[in-house]
Amino acid sequence: MLSKIVRTVANQLIVFILIFGLYVIAHGHLTPGGGFQGGAVIVSGVVMLLVAFSSKELKKSLRERVLTILESTGALIFAALAFAGIGTAFFYNLLVDTPIFGRIPPTGPGPGDFWTGGVVPLMNFAVGLKVVAGLSAVVLAMALFSSGEEVEE
Amino acid sequence: MEHMPLNFPFLAAALLAAVSFYIMIFKKNLIKLIMGIAMMSSAVNLFLVALGYRAGGNAPIYTDVPEGPMVLPVPQALTLTSIVINVAVLALMLTMVMQIYRHTGSLDSEKSRKLKG
Amino acid sequence: MRRVVGLILWLVLVAFLVWGALLIHPFGYPPSDMDDYMIENAQEETGNNNVVASVVFDYRGFDTLGEATILFTAVTGVLLLLRTLKRGEGDS
Repeated sequence: MLSKIVRTVANQLIVFILIFGLYVIAHGHLTPGGGFQGGAVIVSGVVMLLVAFSSKELKKSLRERVLTILESTGALIFAALAFAGIGTAFFYNLLVDTPIFGRIPPTGPGPGDFWTGGVVPLMNFAVGLKVVAGLSAVVLAMALFSSGEEVEE
Repeated sequence: MEHMPLNFPFLAAALLAAVSFYIMIFKKNLIKLIMGIAMMSSAVNLFLVALGYRAGGNAPIYTDVPEGPMVLPVPQALTLTSIVINVAVLALMLTMVMQIYRHTGSLDSEKSRKLKG
Repeated sequence: MRRVVGLILWLVLVAFLVWGALLIHPFGYPPSDMDDYMIENAQEETGNNNVVASVVFDYRGFDTLGEATILFTAVTGVLLLLRTLKRGEGDS
């Protein structure tokens, strides 16, 4: 556990890192970014918390059972969205021309509209949840193994 | 700048791969071998991204893009998949090295070759 | 003796890699038929402004499904290898 100044600054910085990571995930169909990139940004924030507080303190808030359940939920939502358009093809984009996420932007360069894209923004959220939960569990397990020797489940 | 002499980005990727092969053949420490494998993944990702560049092109995104041709989008999608797979395999390799160090007590690859028992 | 033979083989490999890198198409003018179709028609067929995201999740979505499976398997493998159970009494 590091000194009190480092712990206070880490507590303040984690809010901005979380907001920036969610912005990169949510606007994946308008700007460069997407599910994998935004997930990596949020995991680097979790690693900063792991260095400032020791891994024994962080084990009380992030339990590993909850993290594995979240990761499986993300994978199941991604597979369900892939199977939803099975009437025409396997990965058919069935939300174009419908009121949910269904507008078509004008051809050529121009400012983007958020409610476009079909099934792609929902897939971005599913993949982002999967990456955050999976890599956080891996980093936490490695830190606990090399310092604590506690019982894990 | 019409034609880049000697194709510099492809040459840099080939030299990175050559240095990584030297590490993997001649070094015995387990951590150095893992670093060589990570360097090889960097060389392959650089080669994939450099394959799809068009001279004077912009990013392939239609939001507020200036005039001109666009860079090819398919090699960038393949590089994304390659980076994620390399991270997953590297995490698994490091876990196995941690268990080897706890059970045999040394990081030499010559000492942990023989099966016991 | 073995190190000399290894060094000579490594030099042959380096020469082959450098010769191969000089024979690819000149940097900046790639052959592109499939990518021209995707740049033209990605906005009407998928409704995205980002062509790379529509390639990753719509035109080539099967590769992303395989990559999600690999990530899941690697996380399961790491969490399985790093378990330390207490050596209690009567443990099989």
